[in-house]
Amino acid sequence: MANELLVVEGLKKHFPVTRGIIFKKQVGAVKAVDGVSFTLNEGETLGVVGESGCGKSTMARCLLKLLEPTAGRIVFRGQDITNLSRRDMRPVRRELMMVFQDPYSSLNARKRVGFIVAEALDVHGIGTPAERKRRVQELLKVVGLNPEHYNRFPHEFSGGQRQRIGIARALAINPMLIVCDEPVSALDVSVQAQILNLLKDLQQEFGLTYIFIAHDLNVVRHISDRVMVMYLGEAVEVATRDELYVQPKHPYTGALLSAVPIPNPELGRQRQTVVLEGDVPNPIDPPSACNFHPRCPRFHEGHCDVEEPELRTVDGGAHRVKCHYPLEKWPMSAEEMRNGASRTAVVRQ
Amino acid sequence: MTPLLDVRDLRTHFTTEDGIVKAVDGVDFAVERGKTVGIVGESGCGKSVTCLTIMGLNESRSTKSSGQVLFDGEDLLAANPARLREVRGQEVAMIFQDPMTSLNPVHSIGRQLVEAVLLHNECSKKDARRRAVERLKEVGIPRAERRIDDYPHQFSGGMRQRVMIAMAMINDPELLIADEPTTALDVTTQAQILYLMRKLQKDHGTAIVMITHDLGVVAETADEVVVMYAAKVIERGSVNAIFNQPQHPYTWGLLGSLPRLDANVDRLTQIPGQPPSLLNPPRGCRFGPRCPYVMDICKEKQPDLLPVSYDPDHVQACLLDEETKIREIEKLKAAVLAEAS
Repeated sequence: MANELLVVEGLKKHFPVTRGIIFKKQVGAVKAVDGVSFTLNEGETLGVVGESGCGKSTMARCLLKLLEPTAGRIVFRGQDITNLSRRDMRPVRRELMMVFQDPYSSLNARKRVGFIVAEALDVHGIGTPAERKRRVQELLKVVGLNPEHYNRFPHEFSGGQRQRIGIARALAINPMLIVCDEPVSALDVSVQAQILNLLKDLQQEFGLTYIFIAHDLNVVRHISDRVMVMYLGEAVEVATRDELYVQPKHPYTGALLSAVPIPNPELGRQRQTVVLEGDVPNPIDPPSACNFHPRCPRFHEGHCDVEEPELRTVDGGAHRVKCHYPLEKWPMSAEEMRNGASRTAVVRQ
Repeated sequence: MTPLLDVRDLRTHFTTEDGIVKAVDGVDFAVERGKTVGIVGESGCGKSVTCLTIMGLNESRSTKSSGQVLFDGEDLLAANPARLREVRGQEVAMIFQDPMTSLNPVHSIGRQLVEAVLLHNECSKKDARRRAVERLKEVGIPRAERRIDDYPHQFSGGMRQRVMIAMAMINDPELLIADEPTTALDVTTQAQILYLMRKLQKDHGTAIVMITHDLGVVAETADEVVVMYAAKVIERGSVNAIFNQPQHPYTWGLLGSLPRLDANVDRLTQIPGQPPSLLNPPRGCRFGPRCPYVMDICKEKQPDLLPVSYDPDHVQACLLDEETKIREIEKLKAAVLAEAS
């Protein structure tokens, strides 16, 4: 068994919704993250997928304690960091880094690249100025940029190059865990491939652990060892990559997979697609019991809307799913998908 | 039969402070009635500008366009503004990427839909409203009679895109130009919208020009594909030809750099470098500086768009000999397609 680097238990983040100006009264809460648990082993990549608004980014920010979690426990290398003060958090922060989605707004436009990359070294008081400069130039080379670009400003670089700067900044203090929040979704496919390859190379070279957040299932499949699917603030399925993509168990995962267009005209037009009706519900007022029941093609009235399913293990392994009626096989026909449900699945060819 | 839209040697040049940007530099393609043409390429390759030029929506002061845009035999580039206004929204309609910025936030969607009807038809407001409700129902807006008086911010992203589609389809256009219609949406919503567009196309016989950077979307929707790189068409053919017998190294690169659900690839093939600046494009083949197969002649001569010997409908602009190409196509297929089974 590999070393557990990070253990998260029942993580919740609720944002209060208030009414009134002076006497603010809390009238509700946006349940952005509502009870997420997982473990992360050293050296692996955990992919997190879900549609926009499902709480992926909020979860990432809670993990780094950029947001205070409402409830739950975060244990990093055996140390509970949930309630650490800012000062106590500082040594822990040396091991946790983040790469952001938008390479345009995440780099300070008024600072030179050298300063941006060296800032973390500065904050943690590592090295003399000359050593820092050498380190930055070395890092620029590692991420495939020219070390002579040390004195340039971010606007002189293209989107892909900026994302490389963002990665160099995250690497500067040799962290153990890097949380990548949609690092390639703003990039074109050819550049996206460059960044994905770079992330894989760096992982091998420095033994990094990644949490890789994305909405693109193809990208997550490419880079992850294990994948967690989120829906409305909850993890609905966790499995190794191969199991999840070949044998999805949760109807939502199935619907997501079948919605991804395949770049192969013959295959893409033959396969069956599960069409989800409607939109993601409002997290202020999530549906009762199973969150997914209003859209689920396997909805059983009187069960799914009354009793909340547990995130339980299926197939005796590490495959966990939060559903009363997990998929028996994949892909499925409309009839099999229905399986006595109170709703007819919309499956089209 | 003449195609519905025939774009011939289209060029659009913008005058900027830094010089002339040749955003579109010789683009040819045709759209048959009731068919879908997909235009793919990376950002900045000129796919959106091509469509804006077709619609006559570029800023006129700094833009110079040449070539021909034959819509039903009529050259839209030469048409006067009054005629263009007649065509837009009536015969050719457009959907944009971001449904929030393309709907007017201070008017109810009903008002915006009714305006589109009244502009092109002699009918009463009541009839126009009835038609708007009908269309909203058709695109799958629940409780359309009530929601028609809602404002754009009261709709979700997917719903807004449905409203945009309803607005574009309200006068039964013959041609619909969709500029990245699903890029801002989640996969499940994207599937809904693509499904809807296909259904409307079947019911109304509309031809669609689908601009996208997502090869998956193209593979699932288009009949014909146009691949653009640095303001030029580098390859054009039927969807099966492009995905099964791609001829241009750039197309190979695009297909190889795609992480995909239907294959396990350990390492993506990457295209080195960046797309060139259109202010000062490289001499000869524009893909030359990034091409792994580059030859001396590529640096001198701009390759022409020529048909492939065994498929006259499939044209490509690469000087590489056919033998090498067949070998490379087989390699690409072995790497990607073998695992698809």
